[in-house]
Amino acid sequence: MAAVPDGQIESDSEKETKPDVLNDGAGNITGTSTGVLSSPPNAASSATGDTKPVAPPGAEDQQTLIAVLQYLRKNNLLESVDILRREAGLSDNADDSQGADGSSLGSGGNADESGGANSLLNRVSIATPAAPVPAAPIKDDQPDVNVVLSAYSQKGDTALYETYYTGLKNFIESVLDCHRAELSQLFYPLFVHMYLELVYNNHEQEAKAFFEKFSGDQECYYRDDLRVLSAVSKREHMRGNETLLDFRTSKFVLRISRDSYQLLKRHLQERQNNQIWNIIQEHLYIDIFDGMPRSKSQIDSMSGSLAGETRREANKVKVFYGLLKEPEIEVPLDEEDEEAENEEGKPKKKKPKKDSLGNKSKKQDPNAPQQTRIPLPELKDSDKLDKIMNMKEATKRIRLNADTLPSICFYSFLNAYQGLTAVDVADDSSLIAGGFADSTVRVWSVTPKKLRRVKSAADLNMIDKESDDVLERIMDDKTASELKVMYGHSGPVYGVSFSSDRNYLLSSSEDGTVRLWSLQTYTCLVGYKGHNYPVWDTQFSPYGYYFISGGHDRVARLWATDHYQPLRIFAGHLADVTCTRFHPNSNYVATGSADRTIRLWDVLNGNCVRIFTGHKGPIHALAFSPNGKFLASGATDGRVLLWDIGHGLMIGELKGHTDTIYSLKFSRDGEILASGSMDDTVRLWNAARAFDEVETDDFTATTGHIHLPDNSQEMLLGTYTTKSTPVIHLHFTRRNLLLAAGAYNPQ
Amino acid sequence: MADERRQKQCTVVLPTESMKVMAESVGVQLQEESCVALSEEVSYRIKEIAQDALKFMSHGKRRKLTTSDIDNALKLKNVEPLFGFQTQEFIPFRFASGGGRELHFYEEKEVDLSDIINTPLPRVPLDVSLKAHWLSIEGVQPAIPENPPPAPKEQQKAESTEPLKAVKPGQQEEGTGQGKGQGATSAEGSKVKKEGMMRIKPRSTHELSVEQQLYYKEITEACVGSCEAKRAEALQSIATDPGLYQMLPRFSTFISEGVRVNVVQNNLALLIYLMRMVKALMDNPTLYLEKYLHELLPAVVTCIVSKQLCLRPDVDNHWALRDFAARLMAQSCKTFSTTTNNIQSRITKTFTRSLLDDRTQWTTRYGCIAGLSELGADVIKTLIVPRLSVEGARIKAVTEGPVVSTIDKIGAEHVQSLLLKHCASVVAKTRSLPDTVDQYRADYGYLGPLLCSHVVKARAQAALQAQQVNRTTLTITQPRPSLTVTQAGLGSGTSSVGGGGSMGVGSRPPNIIKVPSSLTLMSTRPGTPTQPSPPATKYIVMGTSAGSASTQQVITLTSAAGGSPVTSTVPSVTHAHTPTTLQPLVKVEAGGGPAGGVGVGGARPLQKYIVVSLPTSSSSSSSTSSSALDKGAHGTSSPITMETPGGVKLERSESPAASTHSPH
Repeated sequence: MAAVPDGQIESDSEKETKPDVLNDGAGNITGTSTGVLSSPPNAASSATGDTKPVAPPGAEDQQTLIAVLQYLRKNNLLESVDILRREAGLSDNADDSQGADGSSLGSGGNADESGGANSLLNRVSIATPAAPVPAAPIKDDQPDVNVVLSAYSQKGDTALYETYYTGLKNFIESVLDCHRAELSQLFYPLFVHMYLELVYNNHEQEAKAFFEKFSGDQECYYRDDLRVLSAVSKREHMRGNETLLDFRTSKFVLRISRDSYQLLKRHLQERQNNQIWNIIQEHLYIDIFDGMPRSKSQIDSMSGSLAGETRREANKVKVFYGLLKEPEIEVPLDEEDEEAENEEGKPKKKKPKKDSLGNKSKKQDPNAPQQTRIPLPELKDSDKLDKIMNMKEATKRIRLNADTLPSICFYSFLNAYQGLTAVDVADDSSLIAGGFADSTVRVWSVTPKKLRRVKSAADLNMIDKESDDVLERIMDDKTASELKVMYGHSGPVYGVSFSSDRNYLLSSSEDGTVRLWSLQTYTCLVGYKGHNYPVWDTQFSPYGYYFISGGHDRVARLWATDHYQPLRIFAGHLADVTCTRFHPNSNYVATGSADRTIRLWDVLNGNCVRIFTGHKGPIHALAFSPNGKFLASGATDGRVLLWDIGHGLMIGELKGHTDTIYSLKFSRDGEILASGSMDDTVRLWNAARAFDEVETDDFTATTGHIHLPDNSQEMLLGTYTTKSTPVIHLHFTRRNLLLAAGAYNPQ
Repeated sequence: MADERRQKQCTVVLPTESMKVMAESVGVQLQEESCVALSEEVSYRIKEIAQDALKFMSHGKRRKLTTSDIDNALKLKNVEPLFGFQTQEFIPFRFASGGGRELHFYEEKEVDLSDIINTPLPRVPLDVSLKAHWLSIEGVQPAIPENPPPAPKEQQKAESTEPLKAVKPGQQEEGTGQGKGQGATSAEGSKVKKEGMMRIKPRSTHELSVEQQLYYKEITEACVGSCEAKRAEALQSIATDPGLYQMLPRFSTFISEGVRVNVVQNNLALLIYLMRMVKALMDNPTLYLEKYLHELLPAVVTCIVSKQLCLRPDVDNHWALRDFAARLMAQSCKTFSTTTNNIQSRITKTFTRSLLDDRTQWTTRYGCIAGLSELGADVIKTLIVPRLSVEGARIKAVTEGPVVSTIDKIGAEHVQSLLLKHCASVVAKTRSLPDTVDQYRADYGYLGPLLCSHVVKARAQAALQAQQVNRTTLTITQPRPSLTVTQAGLGSGTSSVGGGGSMGVGSRPPNIIKVPSSLTLMSTRPGTPTQPSPPATKYIVMGTSAGSASTQQVITLTSAAGGSPVTSTVPSVTHAHTPTTLQPLVKVEAGGGPAGGVGVGGARPLQKYIVVSLPTSSSSSSSTSSSALDKGAHGTSSPITMETPGGVKLERSESPAASTHSPH
């Protein structure tokens, strides 16, 4: 089964899972039950034996069926598996849904493309099972730990494990060089599963010995997982240990060339090494490709995630990464222009530019999604004004390149006492918000314009509503100050985000809520509950109205500000969702996770359309390029990786930082990428060059094999060290001035 | 290597004894097997919690784990957080709006109202504020105090010691963690590389920008000008500004030329100003002065030994300048002397040569002696004390002889007092009692009697000091603040200038007990209420500086009267043991108590001490006392507090035999 790379694409198997997930999602949304999606990640720890799988009634029967299925699969009776599955109407979620032995049970069948614009909200509000969560198996298949782990129980001679492993090791070390790197990938998953089997069968001493003997051989980027693993020495520990469940419930994906695979298979058959063969069959997914075996560096650049590499099929879906057409703005541009001209005194230069901007936006990008693919809020007058401001600023924008580097203005938070946990800067750079460990959210004005509250209701009644400056009159001058503090959370605030119109602020906190604050009254408007666990990040859509949040419960949720329940739940990550970002066209969201993968989700149908592996640590920063084509990601490993969204490929690696990267930002024209890190530096990278140099021909696109040039040093344009101030936020103003922010950390 | 160690750490489990003790403390007797099972389970859970806590740390954008992280991790597991275990170090940081230098925390404990009323309010901590500065202007990092020094000392050193090494542009970035402060250079560097030129690092040209030239002019003028306030400011700037290294050659030339000219002109005031500049330069931590010693040191030596430094040698106090310069010289010997440049020995030789010369003037002689004496007691002992009789004879000739100029006489007097001042303490240390005048006269000649009286005085003073030292370390007799906290690290202001809120966050040891510096943990009266019986008891006080290897202070309390606490620092794991049969392991837990409670005027929280005595196998009686003590009121009760971050306590008691550290 593992050796069937063709035909079944993942979406098929995803569809299988839909019915359950949908039920669950619906239940979740209506709040009548605590579905699995919202259940804690360690729910399984409480689920001893009586927790039923979420799936349809008759759970016991189903378990029996699952057992049968497992037996069949173990004996490689794949056909029978399929048939049984089809006849029993079983989704394979309880067992392992990542096992893409795709039956054709695609019943969910909500044709994604048909989803009209309005349907997005309708579907949710009537709670019809229409918000499919694809590839959402991980939580679903934690129904019963015993079932999950049972596969470990009937294994044979534990004493021989070391022999088996050593035998395989010797074999792999003896094969030709070209195959060795590929087959070496087997070490880690095999090691983990053998160790877990030993532990599960209560061979504590053997397990310890096994671990000590072979843990040193594993790649260094797995050491965090190994540390978790080493703590597990008893069968009881395996319950509730998320990392272990991840291993057990998702198949570790390996990409191996056909030649290498044949070699391995022959070896195992010759040696009658059923033990290893069983593990490979059951717990590993080997993605076989035809062609040259990959080199060590190629493999290393892609591996490192919790569940191996991405399957090639996972990144095949077309992504509409183009930008939406800018709306025609009917506000009399000329008037505004003239004012500006009078100020600036160079009238001729501007007009043609304006025109060119207009022309550009009229062209329909073939890669852009339909304008109405997801419903977006209507533009208000104030938004249009802001757009105009934006355009005007854009004309004054400095064109950055390797020779014209941006100036960096650094905002230091003083006396923050290590309590600064999140920062955001409004798009027009007039406001800075900080989230703090003491649960407060603070907003500063960085322009001379002070922050004022709207007057109280009684006072508002006395205002002449017809007057021209009513907007000015409603503000209470007595409250003018540079700083407003907003109280409401009950735990550290880990994410803040301004809406594009600067009327709202979002904050996510350890207390499990996302709060929406009004920047007119500086009060909390809504508390969005749903995560139940710390919410690590949140962000407004560039068009407002929608926002995304992700947290410790391993799911990202899409919300609309006027719905108190999520519109979409993006489940699939194997560990905490650590950062969330909207695509510039608002049709997609990217989430980074502690499972060391990045996923791109389609807002329309909730599908996971891209999975990027390659980071060696939890991802803490994401940034889309302004043209929407590329994604940059930064992680605790101190590397910035660049991804081509359209092709689903890694196209660059920027090394230089020595600590966690907490912030990434592209300049407004996409020429320069700025990265800020815990190592107290801001670094500027030549993004334009990095994107230009990569050749994404069809071959690389289809095989996914990349040769990354090691040219980080050439890409690095500048390193700016701060005075013991970790850089946790970066922002390019509309004129391409770089703003950085962090809390001064006195030594 | 590191990996191996880590792996070993992973398999660490809590000792079963801990389980036993904890069980007994709640009145449960446990079987050995249960203990083993429990300890494994507990170790696993603790590891799990620690892993979760790490998540909170990284999302909190911190490098240090705090107790709040652990609280949050517990919350994730639906476990009630550990109340009362607040971190010592980050209390004010956790409550940013309510934190401050003098620890100010959310009062959640039972407090004695009268205490609060009677104590003055602590200073209100500073609120979070936002400050902007330019990190880079069009790719170049400006040298302002808000930015780190443009060229750190190491780099300056590298440049001066390895000028021929071709520095590949951008190469510095490849360096491990020290990609520091190369904003400008690396930006330039990468540009250069792109042009395809491999350029050998040019000799440092030190072209000064207009601003720098202006600065230089202002500073030098202020330094030698007449306005003292301006001068203080200028010197302050030289001593602290991080971006001066480019101007260093100018300053150094300015000083050496200035000294050269003003010595000739006998301009004492200017010489003093220039020496103060040298001092300021030496105080600047960001400057790599080694490169300019060849200019600075001769200038300093000139100011020490020059025959004439002022117009009226009989009136002007050029002696002070010589003293000051001598101290500078001693300081530079200490800082810069290496086996290669041999500054100290060369300077010593120079001084000694002219000291031995009979024709040396009194002024120069004074300088030589001052210069040598500042170099330390050893130098005085070997080079000056043997010369005492010779110098004495010379002084005698001047003072008692018939024909002398007043200048010579003054000079002789100064030399005499200088000799007495420096030699007395050394002699007092090296020479054994008794101090008889005749003996001294025999040994040291003319100066003998005077020296004798000085030595006696010095001895008396030393004795006095020793007492004072005792008193500071042993406040047994003092009734009230049994725990005195030296908040040395906290002293410096919360100034927010230039991001200069200089709180010792990173390295600050716990507040209750300043570990590295002088131990001011006060033991109680010989018989403590908690541990009355054993003749000598050891308390282990552990610092909580997370991450750093915490040193431990072992204090032996001796009940014998007059015994002063023996303090020793043990860089080892926590062992507690005594030579007595009881072998009490004293584990004192501070119940809560954000450190501020101690030493800070206002807060006297109710502290909870849990003293756990560990019995050996021989003695089965185990006493566990848990007493709530108001620290303020019960100043004399056992004042030892021990906190562990996050309230997770891992302690191991071992038998004395197993321990490597033998008690005093």
